[in-house]
Amino acid sequence: MISLAGRDILHSWGKFVFTGVGLGLLIGVTLTMAGVYRGMVADARALLDNSGADLWVVQQDTLGPYAESSSIPDDSYRALLTLPGVASAANVTYLTMQVERGQTDVRVMVVGLANGDPSTSGWPPYLIAGRHITRGHYEAVADISSGFALGEHITIRRHQYTVVGLTRRMVSSAGDPMVFIPLKDAQQAQFLKDNDAIWQNRRRTLANPALNPPGAPRLAEAVLASQSTNTYVNAALVTLAPGHDANAVASDIRRWKRLTAYTREQMEGILIGKLIASSARQIAMFLVILATVSAAIVAFIIYTLTLDKIREIAVLKLIGTRNRTIAAMILQQALALGLTGFVVGKITATFAAPLFPKYVLLMPMDTVRALVAVVIICVLASVSAIRMALKVDPAEAIGG
Amino acid sequence: MTGTGIRIEGLRKRYGKGSTAVDALKQVDMAVAPGEVVGLIGPSGSGKSTLLKCLGAIIEPSGGRMVLGDQVIYDNGWQINDLRDLRRDKIGFVFQAPYLIPFLDVLDNVALLPMLAGVRNREARRRARALLDALDVGHRAAAMPSQLSGGEQQRVAIARGLINRPPVILADEPTAPLDSERALTVIRILNDMAKSQNTAIIVVTHDEKIIPTFKRLYHIRDGITREEMGDGRLP
Repeated sequence: MISLAGRDILHSWGKFVFTGVGLGLLIGVTLTMAGVYRGMVADARALLDNSGADLWVVQQDTLGPYAESSSIPDDSYRALLTLPGVASAANVTYLTMQVERGQTDVRVMVVGLANGDPSTSGWPPYLIAGRHITRGHYEAVADISSGFALGEHITIRRHQYTVVGLTRRMVSSAGDPMVFIPLKDAQQAQFLKDNDAIWQNRRRTLANPALNPPGAPRLAEAVLASQSTNTYVNAALVTLAPGHDANAVASDIRRWKRLTAYTREQMEGILIGKLIASSARQIAMFLVILATVSAAIVAFIIYTLTLDKIREIAVLKLIGTRNRTIAAMILQQALALGLTGFVVGKITATFAAPLFPKYVLLMPMDTVRALVAVVIICVLASVSAIRMALKVDPAEAIGG
Repeated sequence: MTGTGIRIEGLRKRYGKGSTAVDALKQVDMAVAPGEVVGLIGPSGSGKSTLLKCLGAIIEPSGGRMVLGDQVIYDNGWQINDLRDLRRDKIGFVFQAPYLIPFLDVLDNVALLPMLAGVRNREARRRARALLDALDVGHRAAAMPSQLSGGEQQRVAIARGLINRPPVILADEPTAPLDSERALTVIRILNDMAKSQNTAIIVVTHDEKIIPTFKRLYHIRDGITREEMGDGRLP
């Protein structure tokens, strides 16, 4: 038996190809939207993976350091090191800001790294070019997606940092590339005031007799010094000694240190469940709308194509074609249209994904799910056309 | 008349019920022998199309009897289960317009019927090609219907009606869109095919050009048929 659907498609291939391409672009957008969500989740996980921590210790009762602001004294890590099960603890600061790059600016997350070596928590685990930070000040390691090159200078607040190393896939949960600088510099950058503000503050302090009493000139100096230094960090990254349970150590930190500690699972829950949850719902809404539009397009095209063939369907029924043969013809056309659209969509998404400013992760399982969804949509979309075709009276071929 | 092509006795068809009922067919008696071509003529509203639909097993008569070959297909009720198979295997249709499937080439338009009946594609196409050759359109086998002239299309439609060698062919105004010469050619083809394939052919027409070509005619008026002899002059 010849394929009636195939012959019809070949006969009106132009209509099919154009419709398939249009549908494919829609499917491509759908796949890309799913990829955007996957990319956000992957970025969030990459942030946690690359920090190298088992526990995140933050200000009490906050969801810091990524989902909320958090501020803890920079000597807290010493107290953490005394707890059983804590192998290492390192301070870290995070500051999202725009930095200039040539004539444009780029949004980055500036990470302040504690002194140490690449095995210290918070440090980028690997470089793709250059070296790690070795000096105490004004050196930076940048994620390649920031656009900075080795030897370039990054201006953060009032200071310039020389890019000495480049890394990859070190991004914030929002997908912003990271720039790593020494912790002291980062602490200063977080709280550094402009010159006018410093001058005004100094004037007010010196004019205050309580802070600048006659006969005690060193008091004012001490007050001024405390006002211009920052002794806080956003979090301490803790690694566990082998054999210790993360939840137990986190519980000890909460109890004895009056700080909040999150395990890897809890932090992932905060990032994915809270920080990007609304974005995920938004994307889900888009996916539903796109799926509905795709279904409507397939249904409309298949219905129109069937409507164009009413007389032929009447003749086919009159000469003894079974309903299932006619239904199969319409269904096969709908599936062919959907599969054409799927192939076009997959190719479009694959080539378009790298062009997006943020990470778009196209996962094979999402592709499989999209294929299943396309098949289901095509089957459902062909129902109305099949119902119409089956209602066609063979007598229409005779007239009268 | 020798043998049985199709025989119809006291066929009736009533549309509606009660006071609004209309008797489209009141008393239809016909018999067409294998190899014979008869005309069925009548004015508009006389019941021609209703009769054709009853004969084609598209609508169910209200009463009477129909015998196709040796098989009683209707006797105050259908005597067979699958009317679709009956239409496919036992009845050929030729329409006023050819109604060829536009997305199939000429060969497959004709071969489709045996394929639907389960004949293998190669065998179906072989039979279709032979029939198209016999109807002098074999050279257009690879063409699409839209590339054919009206006469060629009608010959392909005749080939489609004949391909399953049905005992009866119902032709509904097959010459209406054709000029005199082509109309006579179609009638000549139908006569030749009726003889060569031993098929009974009923031609519904009110085409004055071809009425004289029938040896036997059935007039239908107000749902009642009347048989009369025709001229049988086929130039």
